[in-house]
Amino acid sequence: VAVGILDVDLCGPSIPHMLGVGRPDVHQCDSGWVPVYADAQKGLALMSIGFLLEDPDEAVVWRGPKKTAMIAQFVSDVAWGELDVLLVDTPPGTSDEHLAVLENLKKHRVDGAVLVTTPQAVSTGDVRREITFCKKTGVRILGIIENMSGFVCPHCSECSNIFSKGGGEELAKLTGSTFLGAVPLDPLLSGAMEEGADFIRSFPDSASFGAISTISRALLCDLEGA
Amino acid sequence: MNEYCPGTESEQAGKTSSCQGCPNQKICSSGATKAPDPAIAEIGAKMSTVKHKILVLSGKGGVGKSTFSAHLAHALASDGTKEVAVLDVDICGPSIPRIMGLEGEQVHQSGSGWSPVYVDDNLAVMSIGFLLSSPDDAVIWRGPKKNGMIKQFLRDVDWGDLDYLIVDTPPGTSDEHLSLIQYLSATHVDGAVIITTPQEVSLQDVRKEIRFCQKVKMPIIGVVENMSGFVCPSCKNTSQIFPPTSGGAERMCADLHLPLLGKVPLDPRIARSCDEGKSFLHEVPDSPAAEVYLSIVHSIQDYCSNRVTEEQSTT
Repeated sequence: VAVGILDVDLCGPSIPHMLGVGRPDVHQCDSGWVPVYADAQKGLALMSIGFLLEDPDEAVVWRGPKKTAMIAQFVSDVAWGELDVLLVDTPPGTSDEHLAVLENLKKHRVDGAVLVTTPQAVSTGDVRREITFCKKTGVRILGIIENMSGFVCPHCSECSNIFSKGGGEELAKLTGSTFLGAVPLDPLLSGAMEEGADFIRSFPDSASFGAISTISRALLCDLEGA
Repeated sequence: MNEYCPGTESEQAGKTSSCQGCPNQKICSSGATKAPDPAIAEIGAKMSTVKHKILVLSGKGGVGKSTFSAHLAHALASDGTKEVAVLDVDICGPSIPRIMGLEGEQVHQSGSGWSPVYVDDNLAVMSIGFLLSSPDDAVIWRGPKKNGMIKQFLRDVDWGDLDYLIVDTPPGTSDEHLSLIQYLSATHVDGAVIITTPQEVSLQDVRKEIRFCQKVKMPIIGVVENMSGFVCPSCKNTSQIFPPTSGGAERMCADLHLPLLGKVPLDPRIARSCDEGKSFLHEVPDSPAAEVYLSIVHSIQDYCSNRVTEEQSTT
């Protein structure tokens, strides 16, 4: 499956670090910007503002209109090539970035949105508003994922609900959305994201691997069936 | 690439290299935006009855800014002689009402402005959450409209005399942050408290926030590292769920010569208190997390009163 990730979090672009691609230059070709590939087989393509910054500590301090213009460029000017799936990672909120992505993808088909929450009410409270955003903008909700869902102590196996429990599933029920699954807190996953390591390949026995695999398969099934 | 918007009112508006490609460039370079906004002076006057103003910032979402802001307010207000307020400028994701037990409260505009909602006699709150009639309402606003709301909050809320105004912000370095700095430019802001979690993925964004503060000359009171380790209640072993692979906030603060105000451990009772709208400082005062919080609050109080002393000694 050929996948692209478009990272439109302009103020806090985390995708390049998490996928361990370093800070390569972005080149132009005849059909536009060449994305950065996370793997030798070119199965995972990325574009992020992280690649365009000379100094990674420098803040991108842009108001809405300039963020909108950048996202328009990302959507139309990146030479993605043939992709099976394009994932768009967004910052929190319901503002310029989110509107810009939808406006620019309008002419292509947007299959839907996956909404991520943590279990507690403070989080689901915001995601309810994000669900309204999707309904108002005509984006199908593919499902809700409850992240950071419990922590199993590696020393004694006791499960602690650090960020409470069950909010994601409740939210799905409340809003008539599909509950895709719960992903537990997993230091191996956080550690892999820190190192930019290939979590899926390195930690198939870890706490969160099963949940992440099941969710991905369900999503692919949904997308292929639609 | 010059990443910095010079500001619509700056001499450079529309003219710098970072203005290229911005849809507002023509308007800015025509000079139409340069007249100073009268609201800035009005806000300056309004803020003259507010002794200390503290911004709570982070580059990254989900690190516990709102939790911190709310509990900083609770701690400061535990001294009944102090008047404290929280202004929530997270327009899209206003969490402060829930965290402070004010879900469902509504605010209305009157001739003399807006009255904030009171948690206690000496603790007031304003948030867009109080203007939304349903928990499902989404605020789907672009930058300019968000900026307008922030201007109204600063200019039109009837805070009265305050010892402390705490401003809770959304993550990032964008409209909300630029507008705050702009609208507060005619008044003195004590400084910013920056919240992070231990991982490099958070610190990466937090360094940008720090750079932003330096660029706009916002003093940084210090950094708080949240979610700093978890002690299992059963076996008492510590797990680093968000591992500090690059040295955590401690190394970052040492590198950047900033005070590390404290490291708050993960505690399930914090999330529960926030969901229930209660102060966990009140619910579990003996918890290690509560102890760290209180020490952080003392540092902030010291910082604020030292500033007053400095000012008095120079006048």
